[in-house]
Amino acid sequence: MLLILGAVLVSPFSGTAFELNGSIALEGQYFLEEPGFLNQEEHTASVAAKAEFYHSFSTGVSLVFKPFVRLDSNADERSHWDIREANFLYPIEGADLQVGIGKVFWGAAEFVHLVDIINQTDLVEGIDEEEKLGQPMLRLSLFQDWGLVDLFLLPWFRERNFPGEKDRLRTPFVIDTDQTLYESSSEEQHVDLALRYSSTFGDADIGLYQFIGTSREPTLIMNGQPDRPVLLPYYEQIRQTGLDLQMTAGSWLLKGEVLYRSGQGRNFAAAVAGFEYTFFSMYETSMDLGLIGEYVFDDRESRLALSSFNNDIMVGFRLALNDAAGTELLGGVIKDLELSTCIFSLEAGRRISERIKLNAEALLISAADEQDPAYWIEKDSYILLELVYFF
Amino acid sequence: MKLFTVLTAALFSAVVLQISAGRAETPEEKGLAIAVEAERRDQGFGDQVTDMVMILRNRNGQESKREITNKILEVKNDGDKNLSIFHTPHDVRGTAFLTFSHKSGDDDQWLYLPALKRVKRINSRNKSGSFMGSEFSYEDISSQEIEKYTYKYLRDEILDGRECTVVKYYPVDQENSGYSRQVVWRDKKEYRIWKVEYYDRKNSHLKTLTLADYQQYLGRYWRAKKLHMVNHQNGKSTDLLYKNYRFQTGLKERDFNKNRLQRAR
Repeated sequence: MLLILGAVLVSPFSGTAFELNGSIALEGQYFLEEPGFLNQEEHTASVAAKAEFYHSFSTGVSLVFKPFVRLDSNADERSHWDIREANFLYPIEGADLQVGIGKVFWGAAEFVHLVDIINQTDLVEGIDEEEKLGQPMLRLSLFQDWGLVDLFLLPWFRERNFPGEKDRLRTPFVIDTDQTLYESSSEEQHVDLALRYSSTFGDADIGLYQFIGTSREPTLIMNGQPDRPVLLPYYEQIRQTGLDLQMTAGSWLLKGEVLYRSGQGRNFAAAVAGFEYTFFSMYETSMDLGLIGEYVFDDRESRLALSSFNNDIMVGFRLALNDAAGTELLGGVIKDLELSTCIFSLEAGRRISERIKLNAEALLISAADEQDPAYWIEKDSYILLELVYFF
Repeated sequence: MKLFTVLTAALFSAVVLQISAGRAETPEEKGLAIAVEAERRDQGFGDQVTDMVMILRNRNGQESKREITNKILEVKNDGDKNLSIFHTPHDVRGTAFLTFSHKSGDDDQWLYLPALKRVKRINSRNKSGSFMGSEFSYEDISSQEIEKYTYKYLRDEILDGRECTVVKYYPVDQENSGYSRQVVWRDKKEYRIWKVEYYDRKNSHLKTLTLADYQQYLGRYWRAKKLHMVNHQNGKSTDLLYKNYRFQTGLKERDFNKNRLQRAR
């Protein structure tokens, strides 16, 4: 049915008013070790679907709607749905006004995403924090000769979702999102604000922002009965200043992110700096190999913080074969400089037909130190295979 | 473009002076004059939107296809702005490639990745790298500015019944270009390019581009509908098939803003 609909509605080229497309993915996740905690399932299989509807009106106004759903064999928190985007964009003289559920990414680094703050992390989708929940917003973008000014009014807070009792890759005590705590008496109705300036100076792209509102990262508070303890997420009111930078210097691509946050324990700073150096057309083939190096420093009080990167170095590579199948590999090692923890990650993707793509992913956690949050997921090293059909 | 017009006028008067003074035009001067005249004829198109199908063919003749919409904004006094939006392969749908070319120095390039809504700066020294796995490199598809080459006129030659000039192009950025030189066949009547031979850094013949199905738009601008690139060293080839050339569609600077690529279609 979707196929027929697709054939009628989808017009492959620009200039069309209405577009519908999306994907359906089958995924199998195989864990290398027995579960570390009671009630956790061993392996999981799931199916995820996403769609994108786009319509542009003759007035220049456009509408986008992107729903998402995942059904997991585990039938715990990982089975969930979300509206990733549902918004109107009104272009006006020298500005854009966007109203509705939107998605915004800020940042430059490859392995960590420090300054990205507008959208809440969809943590059950993956611990790389790259999947985000849709955020209701009013966004005004002012295009100036001297750069872009973005104003955000965020009227509704999205809670982070966490793996459930049966899910792997979780904290030892389950995080109970039915008992979420807020510092603000308005709770999730607190109106958050953000102002960002971004521009290009020669070879450098720079962004600077101020955020005032509900922290996207909760502090976890121990609670519950002694025989069945749980963790409660507590969302403080914070102020955060963030800076992101990416620039080219000869054959180097340099990246950096810095944040300074107050309102969550003592004030703290965090930063990541890195580079990417690419060898193009290696050995007269069409292969490109990029070497990536990043260092992250995070000064926050450890408590039950979710971030496990306090003083870590990441070394990785990106290999693009530039073949017709678009084969790509991204691999890396994250090593804690103080603790023993070492994490290996490998992602690969290859088209196997016009509309089908095969992705593979491996995450190996080794020698996790007891003081490191990575210790909780030490037994959750996995291999994941995903087959995606695009319509 | 005003400064440039003045320079061009100065150059032409210099050429005229030399001829009237009885000194013959050198091959370098003649090569440059041809490139300058071709550029002059192409000025003033404003903006251009095209739909393109890219067909990649390997040594065994197996084909794969990419569909791309290409938007160009003419920029006065500098290189053009160019935005390519991918529609297929389906897994990269919505990916956009933005280039601000410059007459001197490196171009600015960004890649928009729709899955993460992320804009990545790209190293524009990647001139010789393959564009989307095709036999076209980044420098082949980037805006061809006069200042990016030095020239040498070789000869006149009849190509497929058309009287053509044959001119050698040497890249100014020799360090990062994939070529030692290009040889360009242009017809004398309309200054359209019909054939380009590319020589790699070791001076051996790497690729040949042939262009076909030219059509004139707005009574002035000639555009080819078919570009065929053959790589003689790896046996692969790529076709670019253009359709729906549209000019002066009212594109503005902001349509080429790197922060607005999520709405690009």
